[in-house]
Amino acid sequence: MAEFLDYFRKERLPHIWCPGCGHGTVTGALIRAIDKLGLDKNKIVMVSGIGCSSRAVGYLDFDTLHTTHGRAIAFATGVKHAKPSLKVIVMTGDGDCTAIGGNHFIHAARRNIDITTIIMNNSTYGMTSGQYSPTTPHGMLGTTAPYGNVEHEFDVCELAKASGASYVARATSFHVTLLTDLIEKALMNKGFSVVEALTQCPTYFGRKNKIGGPVELLNWIKDRTVNVKAAAALPPEKLAGKLLIGELYKAERPEYCATYAETTARVQRTYNDYKGGNRGCELNSD
Amino acid sequence: MRTEFRLSGSGGQGLLLAGIVLAEAAILEGKNAVQTQSYGPEARGGSSKAEVVISEDEIDYPKATDPDYLLALTADAYKTYGPLMNSGLIIVDSSVSLDAEIKARTLSVPILAAAADTVGKKVTANIVALGVLGGLSRLATRDALRKAVTARVPKGTEELNLKALDVGLGLAAQSGTPAGSLK
Amino acid sequence: MPKNAKLMQGNEACTMGAIAAGLQFFAGYPITPSTEIAEMCSEELPKFGGKFIQMEDEIGSIAACIGASLTGKKAMTATSGPGFSLMQESIGYASLCEIPVVIVNVQRMGPSTGMPTSPAQGDIMQARWGTHGDHQVIALAPGNVKECFELTFKAFVYAEAYRVPVIVLADEVISHMREKVVLPDPSSYKIPMRAMPTSPAGYKPYGADPDGGVPLMAPFGQGYRWHCTGLFHDESGAPSGKAAVADQLLHRLDRKIEKNVQALEDYYVESMDDCDVAVVSFGSSAMAALSAVRRARKGGLKAGMLRLKTIWPFPDQAIRRLCASAKKIIVPEMNLGQLVLEVERAIHGKAEVIKLGKVTGELFHPDEIYKALKEAF
Repeated sequence: MAEFLDYFRKERLPHIWCPGCGHGTVTGALIRAIDKLGLDKNKIVMVSGIGCSSRAVGYLDFDTLHTTHGRAIAFATGVKHAKPSLKVIVMTGDGDCTAIGGNHFIHAARRNIDITTIIMNNSTYGMTSGQYSPTTPHGMLGTTAPYGNVEHEFDVCELAKASGASYVARATSFHVTLLTDLIEKALMNKGFSVVEALTQCPTYFGRKNKIGGPVELLNWIKDRTVNVKAAAALPPEKLAGKLLIGELYKAERPEYCATYAETTARVQRTYNDYKGGNRGCELNSD
Repeated sequence: MRTEFRLSGSGGQGLLLAGIVLAEAAILEGKNAVQTQSYGPEARGGSSKAEVVISEDEIDYPKATDPDYLLALTADAYKTYGPLMNSGLIIVDSSVSLDAEIKARTLSVPILAAAADTVGKKVTANIVALGVLGGLSRLATRDALRKAVTARVPKGTEELNLKALDVGLGLAAQSGTPAGSLK
Repeated sequence: MPKNAKLMQGNEACTMGAIAAGLQFFAGYPITPSTEIAEMCSEELPKFGGKFIQMEDEIGSIAACIGASLTGKKAMTATSGPGFSLMQESIGYASLCEIPVVIVNVQRMGPSTGMPTSPAQGDIMQARWGTHGDHQVIALAPGNVKECFELTFKAFVYAEAYRVPVIVLADEVISHMREKVVLPDPSSYKIPMRAMPTSPAGYKPYGADPDGGVPLMAPFGQGYRWHCTGLFHDESGAPSGKAAVADQLLHRLDRKIEKNVQALEDYYVESMDDCDVAVVSFGSSAMAALSAVRRARKGGLKAGMLRLKTIWPFPDQAIRRLCASAKKIIVPEMNLGQLVLEVERAIHGKAEVIKLGKVTGELFHPDEIYKALKEAF
């Protein structure tokens, strides 16, 4: 446990999350995956946007960048493109990533830039007290969906896959071992990797929808999911309304920074006598 | 002394490039030059206007205020900018019928036809026009114009464009108009 | 003729200025009339190992630039009206988090899509106050092609020295016109360098003199492991909701620029010493103004020209000092009257300030300003 806490800025604890919130569980899974892989703390940059999930980075002992709402992936793209040797991890939520930040999400996936994105999906805007989000299931309640959600939800993993992400997986804050394992694999993938972690917001989502406390909500989430391996043997009627968990998609695709580096090398062979700009400035470059 | 050119026509005719080359030729001659433009949203068609100001002195204002030369390659351009001309010279393509209401001194020159027939490529009309403007204004020598053309036109088209330049210079010489500012 | 005299476009000069200052990262989104800068960066940066990326929008563009800057790279984006509007939130982020970044805004007619290919100068107040909350920015307005080079270079100097977003406030005329330019010898460039800490031990990412001090900025990935947040934060970078922390932070950020107003002021003056009527302008409007002032002087009228290169912070003292002899001040600008408000504020009733706005999407004609001058005498 002591070692685990070494990844935290202990002086910034306790965190602001509500009792029973699942974000700590997801953050813990991420830390265990990082620890297992033995990644260098000094070479990791954690980027987040706005929302409950995005507060996670403030407690972690890495270079951390807590940005504006929805833009974490765009900031992360700048970090990664400027310094590809860094391991860039985005911690985001369903609203941050798929509503206000949806455009950056799909374009980062399209580029297949080597960023690992952990989406803590609690189906609500917790920070602003429980409005419906792009992942609130149809018909369920939110403070802005008092008569039931009129809209239909995103399947975040299908969105990531269709947009070009090269690693896509889903787990929940109930299936912690699976979640840790999937994050570890995502961190190893060289490309845009997405792990959606279904997680519980008992304070707003659970209460508003009268699901019960954290335990009941966690069970409710668990019951919505079927492991992708088990699903292969199940008839379609058993899968109706279920979300698959496990490794959902993996593909070998050229990674953005690597392709850019290849292009740069080709350009530099052509222009090795270039005198236009400034190549110095060593201090400000890697 | 400040000399102002306004090159007008339709987008895609390459008048911007002609303006740039004229300015660069003037710079090669040690003069100051400024080139500006205005254009519509269309990449092709629509109205297009490029302006060049050439002077021995510092150029404080970059746009043409009272052009010494107006080049108009289309009827639209002639009708839009012709009436604004005072003591300067209008060089209008021969395909455009003249308007008695436009009082400024006007030279009708077969620029488009010369590009199509003499040079053999319609797209060289801009460089033919450049030759006409260069020949009439004498603000840059043939050498400077040739250098500037060669530096700016797409690779492989240098000869064709140098021919177009000479055709334009020839048209200027034939016009019988005295060189230099007409104001 | 100097060998390196070249017909150069404003946007090209701007790009060259940025590269001369050590630009290593450009993120942008196509928009008229700034697009040439993105095009040129995409071509030039890979030649020396710099990075270019065309983002999905302007919000992403400035975000990526801030991310790149945090790794220690000099970063720039370029845009115009609508894109500049989209960038505002992150300009505030860069301001609060003290991330050096350069934003070129080639002004065009607005509001909204307006007239995309026509010049305007309507973003003066947006450059100052576009993002929410009290903050400081630096905005520089080039008045010719050579200044597109010089002021973009300077933008990096200021961005790095003060850790602020710096806006190059150009306009369609300046950025699209081509002019004979002789660039300085590259060996004469003094590349701006960011002040960095030397060791992670005891590093306080926001530790600085409360009276406008600039903290040392550690690049990401070098063991400092610091937290950068758009929440108000204390010296350690930890988010804080404490009144005293907020008060001290905002005052330090404000003083950082405010106490350096004189160091930042930059202008062009002509015939101001004994002038009865001064023209105060900037950017392309000032080209027409200068022509008019010279004509007035030739005609025996005591007219003077003050062209501001630094718009923000506004050089109040310089305005008062330089306009000391003027009884009237004309402020031509391609908007309905923005700079004039600042001139009025600075001059504090010591001279009559005359607004001369133009919103036709065309540059002033010197005659228009000459006429205003004649009327003022």
